[in-house]
Amino acid sequence: MNLDAKIPSGPMAQKWDKHQFDLKLVNPANKRKYEVIVVGSGLAGASAAATLAELGYNVKCFCFQDSPRRAHSIAAQGGINAAKNYQNDGDSVHRLFYDTVKGGDYRSREANVHRLAQVSVNIIDQCAAQGVPFAREYGGLLANRSFGGAQVSRTFYARGQTGQQLLLGAYSSLCRQIGLGKVQMFPRTEMLDVVLVDGHAKGIIVRDMVSGEISRHSAHAVVLATGGYGNAFFLSTNAMGCNVTAAFRAYKHGAAFANPCYTQIHPTCIPVSGEHQSKLTLMSESLRNDGRVWVPKSRAVAEQIRQGELKAGDVAEADRDYYLERKYPSFGNLVPRDVASRNAKEACDDGRGVVGSGLGVYLDFEDAIGRLGESAVRERYGNLFDMYEKITGSNAYKNPMTIFPAVHYTMGGLWVDYNLMSNVPGLYVVGEANFSDHGANRLGASALMQGLADGYFVLPYTIGQYLAEVGPDGRPSEEGSEFASAEEKVRAQINKLLSIKGKRTPTSFHRELGQIMWDKCGMARNKAGLEAAIKKIPELRAEFWENLNVPGENGSLNQSLEQAGRVADFLEFGELMCRDALQREESCGGHFREEHQTPEGEAKRDDENFSFVGAWEYKGENQTPELHKENLVYEEVKMTQRSYK
Amino acid sequence: MDKLMNLKLKVWRQDNAEDLGRFEEYEAHDISPDMSFLEMLDVVNEGLIESGKEPIAFDSDCREGICGTCSMVINGTAHGGQKGTTACQLHMRHFSDGMTITIEPWRATAFPVHRDLVVDRTAFDRIQQKGGFISVRTGSVPDANAIPVPKDDSDLAMDAAQCIGCGACVAACKNASAMLFVAAKISHLSLVPQGQPERERRALAMVKQMDDEGFGNCTVTGSCEAVCPKEISLDFIARMNREYGRALIKKGTI
Repeated sequence: MNLDAKIPSGPMAQKWDKHQFDLKLVNPANKRKYEVIVVGSGLAGASAAATLAELGYNVKCFCFQDSPRRAHSIAAQGGINAAKNYQNDGDSVHRLFYDTVKGGDYRSREANVHRLAQVSVNIIDQCAAQGVPFAREYGGLLANRSFGGAQVSRTFYARGQTGQQLLLGAYSSLCRQIGLGKVQMFPRTEMLDVVLVDGHAKGIIVRDMVSGEISRHSAHAVVLATGGYGNAFFLSTNAMGCNVTAAFRAYKHGAAFANPCYTQIHPTCIPVSGEHQSKLTLMSESLRNDGRVWVPKSRAVAEQIRQGELKAGDVAEADRDYYLERKYPSFGNLVPRDVASRNAKEACDDGRGVVGSGLGVYLDFEDAIGRLGESAVRERYGNLFDMYEKITGSNAYKNPMTIFPAVHYTMGGLWVDYNLMSNVPGLYVVGEANFSDHGANRLGASALMQGLADGYFVLPYTIGQYLAEVGPDGRPSEEGSEFASAEEKVRAQINKLLSIKGKRTPTSFHRELGQIMWDKCGMARNKAGLEAAIKKIPELRAEFWENLNVPGENGSLNQSLEQAGRVADFLEFGELMCRDALQREESCGGHFREEHQTPEGEAKRDDENFSFVGAWEYKGENQTPELHKENLVYEEVKMTQRSYK
Repeated sequence: MDKLMNLKLKVWRQDNAEDLGRFEEYEAHDISPDMSFLEMLDVVNEGLIESGKEPIAFDSDCREGICGTCSMVINGTAHGGQKGTTACQLHMRHFSDGMTITIEPWRATAFPVHRDLVVDRTAFDRIQQKGGFISVRTGSVPDANAIPVPKDDSDLAMDAAQCIGCGACVAACKNASAMLFVAAKISHLSLVPQGQPERERRALAMVKQMDDEGFGNCTVTGSCEAVCPKEISLDFIARMNREYGRALIKKGTI
């Protein structure tokens, strides 16, 4: 397998400029002879589709939602980073680059990250010009706030709905191109396979989710902007529809899947309330600026709280364990996401959890309210307190919040080179769906930055090289045998899912898989657990194909059928995640192997043996996939152990 | 643990746009007050599948009140009547044991039913495509701080821009008017300096498409504002009418 990252030569700060000049161009008069498929309409997909259309290419854009405006980027709350240095506080492209590489625990590709930091400044300009109502100061200039893992104020925001406003900005550009006839939009349409012709990605097979119609679409190139795979855990902060299907089908056609074990667990989510739970809700981690995290010192007191015999307010100050402040005196409650999450798990594993299930810790604002007054706290976090009350029925001004970590973002994804092309020629991957920029841990406010960087400013340049090489004639007929056989396979799978008529619903399989993943491949992993999961998941998969019950038919809107197809892929993909977690005999970022920790219980990296991207190659059904390595070389940043003591 | 509830549901079932549709009744057992309304429907659906029936089709995605996908009329009110709350954020603690709950889709000519509670809202997208944007190409823009925007204008623009495009305003309106939705977008873009060059074109084009889609007119009853999960103010409709009138005058149409 060829994993040449195609990193341009020359000094780090000049690589992207040089590369832009070296890339081939497509003649403006020829651009309209090209067709590009974009799957997904979130920040990365919508920005890519709109920008490619502006350049003159013909674009077909597909999304499973009923409108491109609803992609899950819309749920991002906090903000977007950019190295504007508008605050004059010493920020620079180099500092954003450095913070991102360090925050990723030295497992990302330096050249990609540097380019991300470089184009971050253009993103803010672009969004402001689209009319995105960013927060402003009284002078009319843009406001900033600081965010986890950074010592400068570089985060731009639009109240607590930054993702929504940025997505609606990209959506507006997309709408303009749809109106001009340059983008053909296919909502409520799900990609079910990618079609390769002579080894190149040249089209997709899709299902119309309203009529059930299966259709073929050919193009000169295919761009996947299909998001992350957090729903492998069933419960996550992802939207209900988020899935790995598009990326996984590409993997089955030979695209390498990189670092699938890197998942980010967000520490401040609302705990699970029962068996019925369908998803988890995140509350911005800005809450940790003023909230104090604690559990009782004694297990007996925690047990009384769980039984409802005691309330948080009954626990005397001396009997509380503010464990983050105790263990990390310099960072306290503001330690990075992975550290905060693991410590919450540790406290609960120790029997000191404070919600009925045992899986929850307090986030207490009593001190902040005493210090600042309730109205000041309301001004800062009012919308979050309201949301918390809506979901839990509890008033956090009076009682502490209860929180627990939840799966939030996936750093792994399809392997791409510097041009964002996978190892399958013509198949590009952008946004959360690729692996390249966040290493083993993503910093807050960097996901929006990466999605828009890829879609507005990177892909539209780099795809030109490939399109120029294949020429305007490089689009095969949809009548070819490759398309026919791909469609045949898609139909066969749908028919199979519908014909099993067993006893269990798609949700019940998904929930069981999620429990295995959370227990064995969640916040802390170990060899025995991962091996047990690798044994258990194929058994569950086998049962799925024998005992699944999907009601209805293909020829109409059938949500159970959609879900069954996605769960089928998660049932294979979950095993790959566990294999990757098993081979990575170190702890780094969001990947914590219990065998590899310092005497104080902190993550212990092994740079000598694991400073590589783990890229997996599919070897066939029920065959063990093969691991390939792209070695990570650091020219600019010196690798150090992260410490937040 | 709070007491579990048993409820009776009257749910609109419709196979497709051509089907006439009908109400069907279901029992929902052992519903926890901590469940969201949609999780209650998930539980009912699991039971329906297990007993060999087809589950109730309904739209939802983020389930945290921001994507605008969920769309159902609960006991006669779009999104169920909790102020500033989408159906996905409505929780069962607001219902009581033994209640009958009626659940219907958005009802409007411009929103044909796909199936059960799932409707076609692509009319909203087509309105946006006619002018809900500022025509800037990627890369052809000035520095973000080159054009200051007064904070008050920007804040008011954000009040409008918060619209999640769910369509509750249409469902609640006796005229099935989309004025609150369209007003939110026209207001947002007319309040920021970047939106000025296309201000008149935008107002005329979006209003025309709104009419062409078959949405009704506004008779200022305010039912849209009452159900809007983002509490978008009726004032924006007045602002849109001013924008529209201004555009007609500037274009010399009247």
